[in-house]
Amino acid sequence: MKVIDELLSKLPFATTGLKDKTYTVSVPKENLYEAASFLKKNDKLSFDFLMDVVGMDYGDNLGVIYYLSATQYPSYIIALKTATDDREDPQIDSISDLWESAGLYEREVHDFFGIRFVNNQDMRRLFLRQDWNGYPLRKDYDTNPELNPIPLCNEDLNDMENMPVIEMVVGEKQDNVHKLFDAEEYIVNFGPQHPATHGVLHLRVSLEGEMIKKVDPNFGYIHRGIEKMSEAYTYPQILHLTDRLDYLSGTINRHGTCLAVEKGLELDVPERAHYIRTIIDELTRVASHLLGWGCMAMDMGSITAFVYGMRDREKIMDIFEETCGGRLMANYSVIGGVMNDIHPNFQKRVKEFIPYMRKMLKEHHLLFTGNPIARDRMEGVGYLSKEQAISLGATGPTGRASGWSNDVRKIEPYAAYRHADFKEVLRSDGLTFDRYIIRLDEIEESLKIIEQLIDNIPGGAYAAKTKAIIKLPEGEFHQRVEGARGEFDVYINSKGDKSPYRIKFRSPCMTLVNTLKSIAVGTKVADLIMLGGSLDYVVPCIDR
Amino acid sequence: MFHFEVVTQWIDRFLRTYLQGGWALFIEFVLIGVVVLTAYAVLALILIYVERKVCAFFQCRIGPNRVGPFGVFQSVADMIKILLKELIKIDRVDPRLFRLAAYLVIIASICTFGAIPFDKGLHAVDFNIGVFYLLAVSSLGVVGILLAGWASNNKYTMIGAMRSGAQLISYELSCGLALMTIVMLSGSMQLSVIVEQQSYAWNIFRGGIPAIIAFVIYLIAGHAETNRGPFDLPEAESELTAGYHTEYSGIQFGFFYLAEYLNMFIIAAIATTLFLGGWMPLHIPGWDGFNEVMDYIPPVLWFFAKSFICVFLALWVRWTMPRLRIDQLLNLEWKILMPISLLNIILMAIWVIWII
Repeated sequence: MKVIDELLSKLPFATTGLKDKTYTVSVPKENLYEAASFLKKNDKLSFDFLMDVVGMDYGDNLGVIYYLSATQYPSYIIALKTATDDREDPQIDSISDLWESAGLYEREVHDFFGIRFVNNQDMRRLFLRQDWNGYPLRKDYDTNPELNPIPLCNEDLNDMENMPVIEMVVGEKQDNVHKLFDAEEYIVNFGPQHPATHGVLHLRVSLEGEMIKKVDPNFGYIHRGIEKMSEAYTYPQILHLTDRLDYLSGTINRHGTCLAVEKGLELDVPERAHYIRTIIDELTRVASHLLGWGCMAMDMGSITAFVYGMRDREKIMDIFEETCGGRLMANYSVIGGVMNDIHPNFQKRVKEFIPYMRKMLKEHHLLFTGNPIARDRMEGVGYLSKEQAISLGATGPTGRASGWSNDVRKIEPYAAYRHADFKEVLRSDGLTFDRYIIRLDEIEESLKIIEQLIDNIPGGAYAAKTKAIIKLPEGEFHQRVEGARGEFDVYINSKGDKSPYRIKFRSPCMTLVNTLKSIAVGTKVADLIMLGGSLDYVVPCIDR
Repeated sequence: MFHFEVVTQWIDRFLRTYLQGGWALFIEFVLIGVVVLTAYAVLALILIYVERKVCAFFQCRIGPNRVGPFGVFQSVADMIKILLKELIKIDRVDPRLFRLAAYLVIIASICTFGAIPFDKGLHAVDFNIGVFYLLAVSSLGVVGILLAGWASNNKYTMIGAMRSGAQLISYELSCGLALMTIVMLSGSMQLSVIVEQQSYAWNIFRGGIPAIIAFVIYLIAGHAETNRGPFDLPEAESELTAGYHTEYSGIQFGFFYLAEYLNMFIIAAIATTLFLGGWMPLHIPGWDGFNEVMDYIPPVLWFFAKSFICVFLALWVRWTMPRLRIDQLLNLEWKILMPISLLNIILMAIWVIWII
């Protein structure tokens, strides 16, 4: 792209490279903020979407990679890299004032690599407890269990409320501690065990009567260290972990990881596998949206709607069971194709399902969309503007409900999406009702995709032959796919071994919880729960 | 028509032939107490079973089907379980108020239950201020709920109790005004008199448009009084886990649970008594043959049939509607139901003076 080349030529301190559509820009850490703010704020092409922040341990120095994208040309990516060789007290300038999502990403990097970000107003650990010793994703991390024994007491509340900060005060760095809540605030814990947090999420909410003043999400209650585990696993083993990230769009995560590995191996995947994967992905999306719809209705007190959603989802689970063996964790995609060929009944059952689902969608609209109480509650609550959605990185249906066109299936068509004719559902209001209705509309679009592909599955092999031991060549590989709740990215850094040197999954749900934090302020308790349902986050995806 | 009067009067005469008046009265009191409590518990079991089956029907499920034929003994099994459950001692609650709250709720509910006329003669207390008594006693329950929320020393219960206070006190108004409309029509507060008046036309037909409006308002407000369905904000499972009774366990929780179901029935029973003719069969003036056939159905059956239709309506609403938000809830009462109720009273006055 000419525009991007021009832009990058204005950064004299940067070394740039281009591979596929990804520009790699390395800058010294002193110039990081300048480069980031130039890319964000220039008037030619603003890189307004911070896709992900990846921490890296290169061995002798620690680095951070910022993946940026411009909503104007969403298929081009800039990987902005920086590194510091101070392993004792690594410090990098924070970019949290440029992108709203950056603050949380930086906390994650801080948690795993110990890098402190100067001027980030909240440098608590994100997933691990404050009293955890060491930074687990560093290569010199000591895994000795005596260093971190199983804790026998609750985490100190002060640790959750005191935010360590490094600030620039009159040109000098200072270590400070900020308080999250005032002493007289009325704080209610929603979670970790709560019926409406969709998993073990812990929201600390400051209330003024029924009004919400502040929301502080705490993560990490089901942090399984999947990224750390993956560094010791082979690639086919890692696939099984990806199903467990966002379990409601498990097959999509797995598909994305397979694509990333296949990209590295330069493997030709048979068309048949592409078609099958796409159909399974779309079925997963339908199932996930049905559950999302049902859960949101249940959060608003309509339990019958939830049961209806589960009932229709069950049909998809039965199809999965027959073809894949698994139901929730389908375990279907493998590197080079799919695990085994589709069941002889597969096409028949899917074709039966499509008209059934269309009929049921009407029923769902009748039961809930048209309900005056439901309409009244959703109308005018939880406004998320397009700019804010982009800045927060709220991808998927949430962003599209605000009018941000961010569907990776359209931006970077992968698998068989280029053969299907479908439209990206966009709404413009960004209210709760839009986030609600867009899911039902997307089910309709997914059904269209399945309808077009199901009769045209080409013959041939269902998987390409791969070597017994899969070793990825040295390099960095990045793959984006459209999960059910937003963009799911896989970033693999390989040193040529059978396991990755570093693997990072972009969690679409983490930014969604951050979105909740912004849009819930000023609403009522009942709205907070409803907004959570409308964003439809899944906690294992956040915690990884 | 077979009235239960026959049985109760026979018992009364039988006791008085062998005992002095005072002792006979005492034994009658004990008997009535036992009967009311038993009926209360049995009715609760039936209602729980009905609710689970109806809910299953709405949700395309089967519902309880393992214990006994069609699962009819499921709620009995549940009762035995809840009686055997441990009462967990909660740290830092106010133990006296904590226990008192559960008792208050169930006592208020039983007291209301006692005043319902199931049949002529099957009526524990028949005051001349029956309607007033019903309103007064049933609203005692809110004290129990507020106490439960306060004594539990928990933020969820506290929010639940505050919501409950706001909700019950607000909806009490519409509830009372709707009942007053009928009192205006009948000119009496005595429940037996109100029922007798409806022998040829139930109040809902006799009272015309204002009675129908009052009936609808009473169903909505009464439903809100039971903390169920779209009005379950005080419990709001997905927001406040279980609202005001989060900390309760065992039979203390059971008291809240029982009272909730029975309150649903009580609201239906009051609606039946005041609007749908109580135990009176359906009579149409002039159709003597039809009226005679209707008389063959015992009045107790009529009463329960009408009540259960109202209960079914409540269940239908509960399992269809999402929950209201607190501001919508209060708007509905203060901006819609209350003004309509007040206007309706005037309408009823006009109806009573010029039309009947």
